Amino acid sequence: MDYKALGLTAGIEIHQQLDTGEKLFCRCPTTLRETSDHSGEFFRYLRATESELGEIDRAAQEEMKRDRKFVYYTYDTTCLVENDEEPPAPLNAEALDLCLTIAKMFSMTPVPQLHTMRKLVIDGSNTSGFQRTALVALNGTIPQSIVPGGGEIETICLEEEAAQRVKDDIFSLDRLGIPLVEITTSPCMHTPEEVQKAAEYIGMVLRSTGKVKRGIGTIRQDVNISIAGGARVEIKGVQELDLLAEVVRREAVRQTNLLALRDGLVSRGAVVDEGRITDVTGLFKDTKSAILKKAKKIEAVTLPGFAGLVGREIQPGRRLGSEISDYAKKCGVGGIFHTDELPAYGITDSEVARLRAHCKAGEADCVILAAGASAKQAACAMQQVIVRARMALSGVPEETRKMLEGGSTAYMRPLPGAARMYPETDVLPVLIDEKRWNAVAVPELLTEKVKRVSARFVADYRFNPAFATQVASSEYLPRIERAIHEGINPDLAASTIVRVATELRREGTDIENLFAVDTDLKILHAVKDGKMAKEAIKDVFLSVASGTTLDDAIAKLAPAVSREELERIVRKILAERADFVQQKQKAALGPLMGVVMAEVRGSVDGKVVSEILRKELDKVLAKGN
Amino acid sequence: MECRVAGGVRRGTYITDRDGMAVVKLSSGYNIGLPPAACTRLSRSVPAPAAKRAPVTQDANLPELAIISTGGTIASRIDYRTGAVTSQFDADDILTAIPDLAKVARYRTKQLYTILSENMTPAIWQELARAVHEEILRGVAGVIVTHGTDTMAYSASALAFMLKTPVPVVFVGSQRSADRPSSDNAMNAACAAAAATSELGEVAVVMHETTSDDRCAIHRGTRVRKMHTSRRDAFASVGIPPIGHVEYPSRSVMLSPDAVRRGTNRPELHDRLEKHCGLVQFYPGMDEKVIRSFAGYKGLVLAGTGLGHTSTHLITAIRELVDGGTMITMTSQCLNGRVCDRVYDTGRDLLKAGVIEGGDMLPETALVKLMWVLANARNSEQAAAMMQENLAGECNRRSGHGL
Repeated sequence: MDYKALGLTAGIEIHQQLDTGEKLFCRCPTTLRETSDHSGEFFRYLRATESELGEIDRAAQEEMKRDRKFVYYTYDTTCLVENDEEPPAPLNAEALDLCLTIAKMFSMTPVPQLHTMRKLVIDGSNTSGFQRTALVALNGTIPQSIVPGGGEIETICLEEEAAQRVKDDIFSLDRLGIPLVEITTSPCMHTPEEVQKAAEYIGMVLRSTGKVKRGIGTIRQDVNISIAGGARVEIKGVQELDLLAEVVRREAVRQTNLLALRDGLVSRGAVVDEGRITDVTGLFKDTKSAILKKAKKIEAVTLPGFAGLVGREIQPGRRLGSEISDYAKKCGVGGIFHTDELPAYGITDSEVARLRAHCKAGEADCVILAAGASAKQAACAMQQVIVRARMALSGVPEETRKMLEGGSTAYMRPLPGAARMYPETDVLPVLIDEKRWNAVAVPELLTEKVKRVSARFVADYRFNPAFATQVASSEYLPRIERAIHEGINPDLAASTIVRVATELRREGTDIENLFAVDTDLKILHAVKDGKMAKEAIKDVFLSVASGTTLDDAIAKLAPAVSREELERIVRKILAERADFVQQKQKAALGPLMGVVMAEVRGSVDGKVVSEILRKELDKVLAKGN
Repeated sequence: MECRVAGGVRRGTYITDRDGMAVVKLSSGYNIGLPPAACTRLSRSVPAPAAKRAPVTQDANLPELAIISTGGTIASRIDYRTGAVTSQFDADDILTAIPDLAKVARYRTKQLYTILSENMTPAIWQELARAVHEEILRGVAGVIVTHGTDTMAYSASALAFMLKTPVPVVFVGSQRSADRPSSDNAMNAACAAAAATSELGEVAVVMHETTSDDRCAIHRGTRVRKMHTSRRDAFASVGIPPIGHVEYPSRSVMLSPDAVRRGTNRPELHDRLEKHCGLVQFYPGMDEKVIRSFAGYKGLVLAGTGLGHTSTHLITAIRELVDGGTMITMTSQCLNGRVCDRVYDTGRDLLKAGVIEGGDMLPETALVKLMWVLANARNSEQAAAMMQENLAGECNRRSGHGL
């Protein structure tokens, strides 16, 4: 696809959790919990409120189409602030300093006086009904090497993380309030690959602080995409960086197809007319379709000129029908039926024929059905059908969308407006003066650090350059350096921690827990002290991970052979093979190594065996000559 | 407004001044504070057009309630001048903001004050009592008073003494500001309306009973106290259980057998108050000057320790105050339980000095009662006797087992 010709423009928003000691507006730890550990729960209803301009935000209003009850799990690590039962504490200074550090790394300018705002969010993920957020700095840069012509970071905001959805309308309060930076670029990217590269770069800068949370869900990307003639669409919550380019590609395809679809509709003279809505509940009195049978009310609308286009694919697995269905779902219905996909779902050919006749639908017309548990719900869903169908006549609607598996997207809500922001009056403004800004130290970029450290590894320990880079970019670098500092052979330390950790983690072993109690270092010391052979490292790790104590694991998998015992074994083998030794002289060393290793079954490091064998062999040879 | 910030020029709307900075709203909706010198005014910002307001439709078949608003968090909005939350809504705004109310009743609304409840005075209690009485005489099925939560219990208590009412007089407020989607104002107001149309016939406070949006408690006006600074379920009945509950969202009302029923009393207004009364909490080491500073007051409520004590050191000052014509009632800072000054010497000495035991009354209720009694009793003997009688459910002759 020629993205330049398409006029693709994209910007990204990166949300990264910060690894601070306390939350942004209360003094709770930023610890994530197992939901089974929750200590209590409560429930609330949320209502849209007017903004300072007297408007209700359209995104918020959309959520209000249904009365929703939200349940919240509390923990012994959450407090009344998360419960929205206590005013917020002052803005966490550690989080602000970290945010300023990041701002400085992007050469941004801080705002002179920071004001905390409330961003209306009434999907239940915030107990208060808003997310607290503050604009911290403006006008940063992404280097030309990442985005051709140089990219712009428009803003960096410090926000509180939302509550984690457990399922449906149940939320867990452990995550609510963890500090989060939101980095927003300008629409400065023009290909899917640029978007991906920019996101990777920003992620690298964030990790360079060493103070951001790691792991799935701790960083999320939103992408804003439009093509010429299309519209700005915001895709929320892309958690896997690798999918970013694909999401952009698919959105470009979607917008292209929606524009083509519009042209098709216009050339056919398609119209959307509320006058064509009729009640068809009676038509499906004896239907075999479970959904229609259950419905209290079924409404139908005839869309002249839409036939065939409602069912046309606009994105892998997505049709205009799916888009219309997404809108109707906001009223609480399961979806809609359209004649492009019928007969199906238990609706028969003759029912479709009767429906078409009843609606006076011609060949070129599509009929859409909305079934509701009440007349109100059916009418609400039908209104949404009309709204979305009408949008198809003008092309691409501005929307917030959520990512589906694979990179396609579904409608979430309209783009929120500025009406969703109003001041958080319970938090005082914070002055960011020159003194504070000047005191912010900029850490070395990870990419620079990797270059520097790997060069040192090559020079000092003679690592090959590729391995040195791998070790230097490892998140376990501090552990490796500590092991080396404690006298472990650098090659052994690096290869054990990097390779074994990667392998074990891939196999599903919880390596972080083992590292937290220094299992890696203890094993390395055991190897160094000759208590076990390095060949047994992985097995010992696995055994400890499954709950065995380290000593038991070594005893079982690599029984310790004392130095004296080893010397005795070596002398015995030399005596048994005296002829061979005399015949081969020093060359007997190699073959005898194998014999001794087999005898001690991996419980002694090969180096130690070789050292003792050489010594004993020399003694025997010296005696013989 | 055009501002130079971060090496570029940005447009925004000027909001206010804050600590020497100009607060400017950017097009993204974010506010930032900038040095005034960095900004130039392009045009006077046009005041936002008033929000389109759906007309408040009232169902003529429903009972009529009066809403008297005095201010408080239930009706608060952001003040862009100071950035603080203040009371600015009138009763009509409350109806617009809480459409659910229209399902319960039709309403007459009267905006008496728009003040935060810490700024209430006995004079305003009197004015409020008159306004409520007027509505009762007009024949409404019940009266809702919206009130800030800080001193709601005082006002409810004051109306309980000043008014005899055949219909419910329900105080309601909210702990979390009305401008947030999670505010408790809507549910509290809906439950208050349900209570105001119920079989209740006394002055009550209706507020969240738990932290969830599941039900409100109906508290007797003379028995209720704000017991938490910020939680939704801050209000609690002390000494007795709540006199009823309102389930949410069903709004079904359950009254306890002790609740005074609709129509039990005929409307009466006794709105005189003796405002020269005080309330002081004793603390270890309290200087007798504190007691003497009340010289000239007609009444003083002491919140003593435990069973109702002050230090022996204060007794002389207390006796002299009583001799000077100040009626002194003893209550306990324990809040729960009954005062008894006959157990220890200090108590007996306090009684000898002329202190009246306040039974199991809350200190704040005792203050309001003292103001009312001193203005309505024929003489001080009758006043002293009335302080120990149950006038408005404020005290019990016997103590139940529970807290």
